[in-house]
Amino acid sequence: MNLFDYIRPTSVSDAIAAWQPGAAYLGGGTNLVDLMKTGALRPGTVIDITRLPGVDRIETLPNGSTRIGTLVRNSDLAHDPDFAMAFPMVAEALASGASGQLRNAATLGGNLLQRTRCAYFQDPHSACNRRFPGAGCDARNGDSDNHAILGWSDACTATNPSDLCVPLMALDAVVETQGPQGKRDIALADFHHLPGAAPHQETALEPGELILAIRLPANATASRHNSRYLKVRERTSFAFALVSAAAALQLENGRISAACLALGGVAAKPWRVPAAEKLMLGQIPGADLFRRAAEVALEGAVPSGDNGFKIDLARRTAARALALAAAGTPAQMPALPASVFGESAHV
Amino acid sequence: MSETLRFGSSSGQPTTRRDGIAKVTGAATFAADNHPDGLLYAVYVPATIARGTVTHLDVTAAKAHPGVVEVLTPDNCPPLPGGPDTKPFRFSFSFEALQDNTVRYANQPIALVLGETFEAATEGAKLLNPQYNALQPRLGLDGTTPFPTNGDGFGKPGTTVHGDPDAGHAAALQAVDVTYETPAQYHNAMETHAIVADWDGDHVTLDLPNQAIVMSCAAYAHHLGIPAENVTIRSPYLGGGFGSKVIINGPQMLAIMAARMTGRPVKLMLRRDQMFGPTGHRGATRQRLRIGIGADHRMTVLDHDSRATTSSFETFVESAANASQGLYASGALRSTHQGVRIDSGTPGPMRAPGEATGSAALECAMDEMAFEAGIDPLEFRLKNYAEREPGTDKPYSSKALRQCYAQGAERFGWAGRPLAPRQMKDADGLLVGWGMGTALFAAPMFAAQARAVLRPDGTGLVETAASDMGQGAWTALAQIAADSLGLPLDRIEFRSGSSDLPDAGVAGGSAHTASAGGALHAAGTDAIRHLADIATKDPASPLFGTGNAGVIARAGRLHASDDDSRSESFADIIARAGGAEVEGKGNVSRSPEAAEAHAMYSHGAVFAEVKVDPDLFQMRVTRLVGAFAAGRIINPRLAESQLMGGMIWGTSFALHEEAKFDARSGRIMNADFAGYHIPVNADVQGLEVITVHEDDPYVNALGIKGVGEIGITGTVGAIGNAIWHATGTRVRRFPIRIQDLLAGS
Repeated sequence: MNLFDYIRPTSVSDAIAAWQPGAAYLGGGTNLVDLMKTGALRPGTVIDITRLPGVDRIETLPNGSTRIGTLVRNSDLAHDPDFAMAFPMVAEALASGASGQLRNAATLGGNLLQRTRCAYFQDPHSACNRRFPGAGCDARNGDSDNHAILGWSDACTATNPSDLCVPLMALDAVVETQGPQGKRDIALADFHHLPGAAPHQETALEPGELILAIRLPANATASRHNSRYLKVRERTSFAFALVSAAAALQLENGRISAACLALGGVAAKPWRVPAAEKLMLGQIPGADLFRRAAEVALEGAVPSGDNGFKIDLARRTAARALALAAAGTPAQMPALPASVFGESAHV
Repeated sequence: MSETLRFGSSSGQPTTRRDGIAKVTGAATFAADNHPDGLLYAVYVPATIARGTVTHLDVTAAKAHPGVVEVLTPDNCPPLPGGPDTKPFRFSFSFEALQDNTVRYANQPIALVLGETFEAATEGAKLLNPQYNALQPRLGLDGTTPFPTNGDGFGKPGTTVHGDPDAGHAAALQAVDVTYETPAQYHNAMETHAIVADWDGDHVTLDLPNQAIVMSCAAYAHHLGIPAENVTIRSPYLGGGFGSKVIINGPQMLAIMAARMTGRPVKLMLRRDQMFGPTGHRGATRQRLRIGIGADHRMTVLDHDSRATTSSFETFVESAANASQGLYASGALRSTHQGVRIDSGTPGPMRAPGEATGSAALECAMDEMAFEAGIDPLEFRLKNYAEREPGTDKPYSSKALRQCYAQGAERFGWAGRPLAPRQMKDADGLLVGWGMGTALFAAPMFAAQARAVLRPDGTGLVETAASDMGQGAWTALAQIAADSLGLPLDRIEFRSGSSDLPDAGVAGGSAHTASAGGALHAAGTDAIRHLADIATKDPASPLFGTGNAGVIARAGRLHASDDDSRSESFADIIARAGGAEVEGKGNVSRSPEAAEAHAMYSHGAVFAEVKVDPDLFQMRVTRLVGAFAAGRIINPRLAESQLMGGMIWGTSFALHEEAKFDARSGRIMNADFAGYHIPVNADVQGLEVITVHEDDPYVNALGIKGVGEIGITGTVGAIGNAIWHATGTRVRRFPIRIQDLLAGS
């Protein structure tokens, strides 16, 4: 890899002050270091933020919201009993991602900022508008089985690979940041950008802006008894989702009083579908309702390549996730999280 | 002398790996763990086009990078005395060693950068920024006009016909005519190809994972223009070989050339993505199978045609259609092969070469035929059970396949399987399917040599240049050697894995234990024969005069075979004879007569249960039971592990592995373990191996067949058939994907 400066600041302000164009913040390194090895990313400065104080905690704020520091490791968050009880589908999504070793290293903030797994992005020898604005997109007419079916553009058909972001999106998470201009909140819904004509502008972060924490609102725990994350993948573990869905319901007197549905693996951002949620309000949960909601959720979906099957698969996945959520959150984390295969085999 | 050893006190025991602790503690020294003084790190630059020429490399920029020492390109690379297209041995294939600027496949080496550190060399490689004159690559099974192969060498399967296939087709009352495709697959041993090359004058020492240590010395020597004895290969441990480490590849040769050029030792270890190109692979196949049956459900014809991809410049074609030879009785039998030249690296032998792809298609086609006929797939196979090798009519040296079928079916619970698909569900509503396949693998034996020494202290030394690829040669071969000397395992020193030892042949073809083990057995037997000769002729020995009845070696003593009380320790015999070591030599190979008289195969039967989600079509193999008959099992623990590994590989073939080529660049876009999937632990559930007892008096002196590759055969088809049985969707391509089942739903 290229020669780079390595800085390990001990305060957030020092970290931000150290940032300059071409610099990269380093958390768990599970994505950045890989991309540096292949040469897809070549930062001139690596700012190791793992020693920053006060951003590695899970805390409940006075207003009842939950705040998770950017350096909280995926494993620690997934296995925090209080957190997993309050936000079971977030824990399930975390536990379904990557491998045990990677979850032990990966950080929350890094998860939000992980780059697409589009092979043409990861490969420095392919044309990619994300890496080099205006270079073109080799994924078009390329190996495109796992590319976007929603929100893509001619400039980019990549998907966001995060599991975690899907339930966070469904639960109205807020991203707390600090940058050269000070602190601010960004709704997760506004955090990742669809590609449009400028796919290189992947997130709402300004240059040098650093994620400090994620906040989940107090009312996000209301669906904890009926929420699931479901991930469809080519092997049972250690694979990115072909499609995934986070579904959370609140049931009152046998009817749906609140519904949240977000899809993963379908677009450059986790795909929240308010129209599908609205359709379910006041309805009695059932397979037919969930099928209709899933139809609505995939409205506007178009293959971006040889991936038309993902539209049908996403519909089926959304309907199943809703059915699983309606059936109730499991009392324990499934042995194979986010999988259709039951616990029996791996307890 | 009627009997000179007692065989079996170590053999047959489930001894744990003797190198296990060294491996799990990191003490085992793999090739890239060697760091001779003055070491340079080499990184090869892979072509990012698949066809064309390199027009420019920015050598100045690379050399200007701190720590970069030298850059090898076709402009300064020394010529190879034995050119890269010459064939010093049977497993030789053309390779690339910067002898010109053509590019014949993606990931071909186009330069080599040497640095004081790996990082410097890596960055130097990047800075070369190659420019190309690129041509449109020819890819896939329709990439060029196919050509027939004529059976004139390794990787050149021909046409084999027994009986009259046309008459067999005409006589059929029912028939299937189906075409299956398998993708390009890459070996991907856990340890990528690595080498440390260190010259001393015109002698070179290579730390190198290698499956054919002594033979490779001669090949390297040929290419380098030095005598074979000037090459030493040290290969004590391999992190997997799978056939890829038999073949000499360009990057490794470049590292040797670079070490010679710079006068410093050079290390090269391939990155994972670089394993997808110059180091061999399994070519894609398209196989058409036509099976006809008569009223009695006996096959009138088995007609198997295979087309497989190979490179534009070299011929290695999967012998897939030959999987239909040797297994099922059929009125007529035909196997035909074609190659398709494409712009990929040259394929090569990959674990169960030909058999894996061929069995996958054959066993699925057999299942389709059985369903057409309306009979159980196992019953269909039994109706067509071959008592003698089909076509040749040779007797089998041994064949316990019937017992494999019976024991496997019993353990699996095959009885009562509904014939029709989509009949079974589990409590969670998942579709359940059962499928089976027959496993078959030839039981060859290669020439091998060994040396055994009885030392004055009564311990033994045994030597052979075997390769432990992870299969357990360090253990199983030592067990054979200990028995041959009549010594417990802890009283022999077993030297292996280095080319200065007797040639153990190729660790391939599932024949290493038979070959190297046979040589060790012969060497030990020879040493004991010499020792017995000394003892029985020595009036001072209690064994004096027992020559006619013979002696038995046991636990470090020779015993008169007709009077166990007459015995003497090895050490005492040697001491009285003057204290000189007693040496024995072994030199074995299969006699042409034995090979001519019998057909020799390992057999097996694999039963698979899959569960499939009825809406999402995720698939899981929930149970695999394999019953295998493979002659004498030296170490049941290791043999079962090998068979399990093969069955997991079969799962990988059926559901996961596929190299995805970009049609424009010819590059493989999933060249890492995130994209090129193999099963994870959670994909492997119930996995059970039964080894069926089999005595084989013909294959070799010890009755050993092989277990290294057969586990893949049968398994792929069994899983494919189980998925059909669960879903009713017959997918005729591997791997079977969610989208294939969605499309069929």
